[in-house]
Amino acid sequence: MTTRRDFLATGGAAIGALAVGPGLLHAIPRPRPLPALTLDAVVRELMMEALDAAKRAGASWADVRIARNRNNSVQTRERQVTDVVDTDTMGCGVRVLVDGCWGFAATQQLTKAGVGEAAQEAVAIAKANRVARDRRVELAPAPALGERTWRSAYTIDPFTIAIEEKADLLLRANAAALTVPTVRFVNSGLAFVKEERNYANTEGTVTTQDYVRSWVTMSCTAVAPDRSGTAVRGPEVVQPAGRGWEYVLEADIVTNAKVWAAEAAEKLTAKSVEPGRYDLILHPSQLFLTIHESVAHATELDRAMGYEANYAGTSFVAPPSKVLGSLKFGSPLMQVVGNRSEPGALATIGYDDDGVVPEDFPIITNGIFVDYQTNREQAPWLREYYQKTGRPVRSHGCSYAQSWADVAFLRMPNVSLQPGPKDLGWDDLIASTDKGIAMIGRASYSIDQQRYNAQFGAQLCYEIRKGKIVGQVKDAAYQMRTPDFWNTLDLLGGKKSYQLGGTFNDGKGQPGQANAVSHGCPPARFRNATIINTGRTV
Amino acid sequence: MSRDLGTPRSLFDGARLPDGVLSRDEAQALVERTVKLSTADAVRVSVQSSRETNLRFADNQLSTSGVTTNTTIRVQSVFGKRKASVVTNDRSDEGLRRAVQQSEAIARLAPEDPEYLGELGAQTYAPVDAWSERTASLTAEDRAKAALTALAPARAGNELTVAGFLICNAAASAIGTNAGLFAYHRGTTANYTLTARTTDGTGSGWVGAEDTDWDRIDFAGVATRAIEKARASRNPVAIEPGRYTVIFEPEATANLVGLMANAFQARAADEGRSAFAKAGGTKLGERIVDPRVTLLSDPRDPLILSSPFDGEGLPLDRQVWVKDGVLNQLAYSRYWANRQGKTPTGGSGGLRMADGPESLESLIAGTTRGILVTRLWYLRPLDQRTLMYTGLTRDGTFLVENGKIARSIKNFRFNDSPLFMLNNLEGIGKAVRTAGGEGGPGVAMPPIRVRDFNFTSLSDAV
Repeated sequence: MTTRRDFLATGGAAIGALAVGPGLLHAIPRPRPLPALTLDAVVRELMMEALDAAKRAGASWADVRIARNRNNSVQTRERQVTDVVDTDTMGCGVRVLVDGCWGFAATQQLTKAGVGEAAQEAVAIAKANRVARDRRVELAPAPALGERTWRSAYTIDPFTIAIEEKADLLLRANAAALTVPTVRFVNSGLAFVKEERNYANTEGTVTTQDYVRSWVTMSCTAVAPDRSGTAVRGPEVVQPAGRGWEYVLEADIVTNAKVWAAEAAEKLTAKSVEPGRYDLILHPSQLFLTIHESVAHATELDRAMGYEANYAGTSFVAPPSKVLGSLKFGSPLMQVVGNRSEPGALATIGYDDDGVVPEDFPIITNGIFVDYQTNREQAPWLREYYQKTGRPVRSHGCSYAQSWADVAFLRMPNVSLQPGPKDLGWDDLIASTDKGIAMIGRASYSIDQQRYNAQFGAQLCYEIRKGKIVGQVKDAAYQMRTPDFWNTLDLLGGKKSYQLGGTFNDGKGQPGQANAVSHGCPPARFRNATIINTGRTV
Repeated sequence: MSRDLGTPRSLFDGARLPDGVLSRDEAQALVERTVKLSTADAVRVSVQSSRETNLRFADNQLSTSGVTTNTTIRVQSVFGKRKASVVTNDRSDEGLRRAVQQSEAIARLAPEDPEYLGELGAQTYAPVDAWSERTASLTAEDRAKAALTALAPARAGNELTVAGFLICNAAASAIGTNAGLFAYHRGTTANYTLTARTTDGTGSGWVGAEDTDWDRIDFAGVATRAIEKARASRNPVAIEPGRYTVIFEPEATANLVGLMANAFQARAADEGRSAFAKAGGTKLGERIVDPRVTLLSDPRDPLILSSPFDGEGLPLDRQVWVKDGVLNQLAYSRYWANRQGKTPTGGSGGLRMADGPESLESLIAGTTRGILVTRLWYLRPLDQRTLMYTGLTRDGTFLVENGKIARSIKNFRFNDSPLFMLNNLEGIGKAVRTAGGEGGPGVAMPPIRVRDFNFTSLSDAV
C-alpha cells in the first residue's frame, strides 16, 4: 500500500508549488527505512466493537482512537540528575454524533465491555445534549481510506536509549557550561514522546500511526558576583522536533553549552536598551513564535467563529465573509502555508483525528489572507467562499486530540513563512541594516485574545549600527499590532536560511489540551519597529 | 500496535477493575499490592484516580462534551540514592509488575541524586472534607440544563452570543511508601466560566464561579452578570495608556498576585536568583508590600479545600508567606529545609489573600478616577528578580469617575509587578474562590484597589 510518507518521499514535488520540499530542510538527513507497521488484531477488534456499540445505541456517525502514549523525561541541574520519569498509558476515546450533537467518552478499560460502555456513555451524552441543540453538526465529506499506516521521520527510537547515556550527555553539557565564570546554575533536560495512535470511523477509515518527538532544553544562569543581577540563556536553545535520538546527537549540546553559557555571562554586563524605533531582525528561533501567536492562532477558523471566546479568544481575522481573499495581512513578501507534511516538524502526521489526509494549503499569499485552518466540522462553514473561488469544500486536516483521553478539535498544523527569492542569510540582513536590533531565541511573549497587540522578548538581543553588531543589550522587547507589524516586513532570508522552530505545549481548548507544532521561517527584517525597555529595579 | 515495543497485553484480557474514582480502601489495596512487588531499597507509589465531565458551548451552540475516567499509578523506585519513576494506567497484576520492574531497571542505571532524603514513614493528616456527592454524580442532563441558563437568554434576542465551559472533576489521590506511609484525599470541583459577547463585536463580559458543590453554583446569576457586563462594555473608547488607579475584580487580583506563589521558593532566594534574594541573604523578615497584605496557604480553608499532603506525602498545614506586609515564611522542600536547618513547608499552592474591610462596590464608590478590570490575560514574566510581568486586560474594562462606572474603555497592555502593585495598595475587599484556574488548585482573592498601575499600550482586542 502506498502511504502518504511513500508519496512524499518519491513524488513530493508533484504536490504543488506550496509544498515545502525536503531540499529546504538541509540539516535533516533522510530517515532510514523502518519495518512496516501492522495494525494489531486485538486493537482493531476493540475499535470495531466501539463503533458497533455506538451505532447500536443510536449514533449516526462515530470514531474511535485507541492509543498508547509514552513519555520519557530526564532532568538535571548542575552536576546531578533531579528526576527520571517514564510514562506509559493506554486507553480508548469514542466520539459520536447523534442528531447533530457531539458526545465523547474515554476509558482505560480496554476490553470489549469497557469500550462498548464508553461508546454507550458517549451516545447518552449526545442524546442529553439535544435539549440544548440549535444547529446540527454536519461533517464535510472525507473519503473512506481503508486501512492505512504512517510513521514519522525518526531514525533512532529514543525509548531504546539507556538512561545512563541520556544522563551522561546532559551532565557533560552542564559541566561544560559551568566552566564559564559567573555561570552558577545550569538546568538541562530531555523530553521524548512516542505515540502509537490507532483510529477508525464508521465510514471505513482505519489508520495506525507511530510518531516520535524529541526536545532537549538547557538554561544557563549567570549571577553577578555581588548578587545584584542575573542573566539567563535558554531554556529553548535547541528547537524540539518530530525526530528521534539522532536529532539530539546532532544538536551537539556539549560543544554548544559553552557558547550558551558565555552568552549568559555576556548578557549579565549588557547595557539596558535605549527604547525607540529600530529596524528589527528576527532569527527563526525567535520569529517562529511570533508567527505562531500572531498568524497561526489568528487564522484558526474556530477562533474566528467564536468557538474559543471563553478561553483562548477570538480573532481579528473575522468575520470570514469580510476578510477571505481581501484582508491585507502583511507585506507582499509574505507567503504563509499550512501543512502537516514537513519532515521533522511537530504537527506532521499522515492522517488527522477526523480520518482525513491533511493537505498543504496557502493561508497568506502575497500578503493577502486567503484561507483558514479547518477540520471536518468547520470546513462547510466556508462553503460559499470555496464555491466562489472554485475550491472543494473539504477539511484541511487540522483535527487533533492530545491523547486518547481527550476529544479532537481544531488544532493548528505547521504554519510556516516561506523563504524569500534571494539567497540571503542572517549576516546579510545585519549587514544591510543601519540602526537595528537583532533578536535570537524565544523569551517572554504575550498577545491579546484577538491577536492584535503583542509584546515579544528574546533570549539574546544585539544592537546593530551601520551593518555591524556592536554588542548585546538587555531588557528589550518589541511591541506590535499584528497587521501593522507584518506590513513592515521588507527583507527575508533565502531557502538556505529557513529553519523550523516549535513547541510541545501550545495550549488551547477547554479542558486545555497541548498541541505540538512547528513553524518554519527564514530570518526576517521589520522596518521601524517599536522597541521598549522592560527593565525595572526594586 | 506493533508488538516490538512490548505493548502491555494484560489490558486487553484482564478482569474488570473498579471504575470511577477509587475509594480509600480501593486505593490502599492498589498501593499495597504495588509496594509488595518492589525489591528496591525504597519505593513510593502514587495513585491519581479521576472522573472528569465537561460541556462546552460557543456561538450559542453546544460544541464538545464528554467524560474521561482514568487511574494512573506512579512508582518511584530507589536503590541507595539512585531513583527513577514509571507511570502507568495498567492496574492489572502484570501491569503493576511491569511498572515496578521497569522503574527498578531504570533506577539502577540512573546517576545518584545527592539530594534524595529517603521516603517518609507514617504521617498524621488532619482530614479535608472536599467531596460533594452531588458534584461526583452529575448526569449529562444536569450539564445540558445548566448550559441552557445561558443559551436560552442569548438565543432569545439577536444581540448576544455566549461561550461557556462547565467542568466537574471528582478525583482521589493516594500515596504509600515501604516506610509505612499511607495518605489518601479525595475532592470534587465544579467550575463554570461564561463569556457573553455582543454580536456587533464591540462588547464582551466574563464571569466565573467555582465550588466543591455543584448546587452552590448560581448558573442563572452567572449568565445575568456576564450578559450585563457584555452590554455595558459595548463601544469602548480609547484612553491614553499611562499610570492609573486600578480596581481589580477578584479574578484579576488572582491573575497577577497568584503568580507570587512561585517566588516564595526558599532555594531560589538563597541562591540569589529570586525576587526575595538580596546581597548576603534573603528578605525574610523585611516588609515587602503594604502592611494590609497577608498571603497564606491553608488546605483546610473553606475557600480552598485542597489536599492535606504534597507529592511526597508531607503533611501540609497553614503557612503565612506574607504577614501584615512582611515576608514571613519561604517555602522549603525537605532537602532544602534539611540543608538550611529549617522545617519543610511543602509548596505554596492554594494561595489566599486575607480579607480587608472593603467590597467591590465600596472600592468603586471611593474612586475619583480609575479603571475597573474584570480579568487579565496572557501574563508572562519579564524579570524574576522584580516579578515584572506583562499581560492584558480582557472581557470588561471600564473607566470609573466620581465613584461610578462612567464608560467602557479599550483594553490595555500592562508592564508591572505584583510587588509594586501591592506596595501601591489603597483598599482590600473580601476574598472569593476564583474560577480562572478551571478546576485547578483553588485560589482565593479579594477585589483590591491600587494606584499608579502601569498600562503601557492600547489593544484593539474585544
